[in-house]
Amino acid sequence: MATTTETQPGRKVVGLSKEEILRYSRHLIMPEVGMEGQLKLKNAKVLLIGTGGLGAPLGLYLAAAGVGKLGLVDFDVVDFTNLQRQVTFGTSDVGKPKSQAARARLANLNPDIQIDAIEAQLTSTNALELFKDYDIIVDGTDNFPTRYLVNDACILLGKPNVYGSIFRFEGQVTVFGMPDGPCYRCLYPEPPPPGLVPSCAEGGVLGVLPGIVGSIQAMETIKLILGSGDSLIGRLLLFDALGMRFRELKLRKNPKCPMCGSNRTIHKLMDYYEFCGVRGEEAPAPNVQVPEITPRELKSRLDRGDDLFILDVREPHEFQICNLKGHLIPLGELPRRVHELDSSREIVAHCRSGKRSAEAVDFLRKAGFRKVLNLKGGILAWSDEVDPSVPKY
Amino acid sequence: MPVKVMIPTPLRPYAGKRDSAEFDAGTVGEALSRLTTQYADLRKHLFTEDGRLRSFVNVYVNDEDIRYLAKENTATKDGDTISIIPSIAGGCRS
Repeated sequence: MATTTETQPGRKVVGLSKEEILRYSRHLIMPEVGMEGQLKLKNAKVLLIGTGGLGAPLGLYLAAAGVGKLGLVDFDVVDFTNLQRQVTFGTSDVGKPKSQAARARLANLNPDIQIDAIEAQLTSTNALELFKDYDIIVDGTDNFPTRYLVNDACILLGKPNVYGSIFRFEGQVTVFGMPDGPCYRCLYPEPPPPGLVPSCAEGGVLGVLPGIVGSIQAMETIKLILGSGDSLIGRLLLFDALGMRFRELKLRKNPKCPMCGSNRTIHKLMDYYEFCGVRGEEAPAPNVQVPEITPRELKSRLDRGDDLFILDVREPHEFQICNLKGHLIPLGELPRRVHELDSSREIVAHCRSGKRSAEAVDFLRKAGFRKVLNLKGGILAWSDEVDPSVPKY
Repeated sequence: MPVKVMIPTPLRPYAGKRDSAEFDAGTVGEALSRLTTQYADLRKHLFTEDGRLRSFVNVYVNDEDIRYLAKENTATKDGDTISIIPSIAGGCRS
């Protein structure tokens, strides 16, 4: 973006090396980019919030395109479940900090750019300080508190926010934070309250989806830097991968928006976890207190021949991955299938991690069942503590 | 006058797993009311206890946000598409 180079004229790069001309030749021969555009890219500074599913294509394409300075913010560590979609990482990266692993991959892709790995969680305390060194912020996070934080910090600093989010087969992309455009709070003044967010059972994401949505974010970022084309400002692009359809909706700047409206009521960053409430994504601990049994206790009671009825409250497709030979009634179907259970028998309910089954136990106790226990830690803990042959997912 | 209501992925489990449904309705409110009558589980995801649309659910007629039209009284005509667009945050961590 021109703004940076104008505000820091001393640091403006005015030419490309012979190697860079070769590297970027397919850009340079396009009139829409050319030498002028490539120098804009080289002088641009883009901060990626999250180096996961959306951050992977973002980092790869922006580094390859020659964006001069890339900041990578992530506090997480690469694990095996990331590799299905986070294509920056290889199997040998498992266990490494994501920001460091991504920097190594991107530096290999393009050694001529500056890449800053920021191994930290974005917070209200560090956001403004981190953002001020960059021209464009790209939101590739996976939770509501960070999305509101990124939005508010961008509005306070007057920086564009290239937004993308995904759910299973659906994606949303737009550009917030431009002077005449809307912000995230214009679109969604408030986050969903706890309990109305789809649970992990309905979660999951097809690996290619963040690849597509993140690539669209990368394209919008490059267009902002070049100052060309029609940006997604004021338009929400919806992508349905199953139906393979793109649609777009008009996004309007809300004149009464508390963040970017003329009578702004928010003038500084806030506690975004409090603002969003505690919900499943951030707090995996069960919300309800119910009687529990540990995997080891369950194992010894089963070995002893105790009459225990194992109730599996996961979804059928999860049962296919692994199971404890329990009776399957997904949590959502429990109220209408409760007659399948015998309240005179002792019931042990389980799910993947113990959260859904805690809700099931709570429901059954309120429905009059007296002998119901929750398997603490679910099938994950069973795999850790009793039977490592049971796969974790 | 049939209008098509598009149901987003996160809400499909509460709508018989359908991705859309058609109703005869003259306004957005009427269409949503028919939708939540047919799929009662959807109601709490779309409306507050006092019957107002939730602030994290946006509703569009074709490509226009009903907040900038006549809200739930926005008239619909034959062939219109009503889209329910909830906020989604990204993947699932836990």
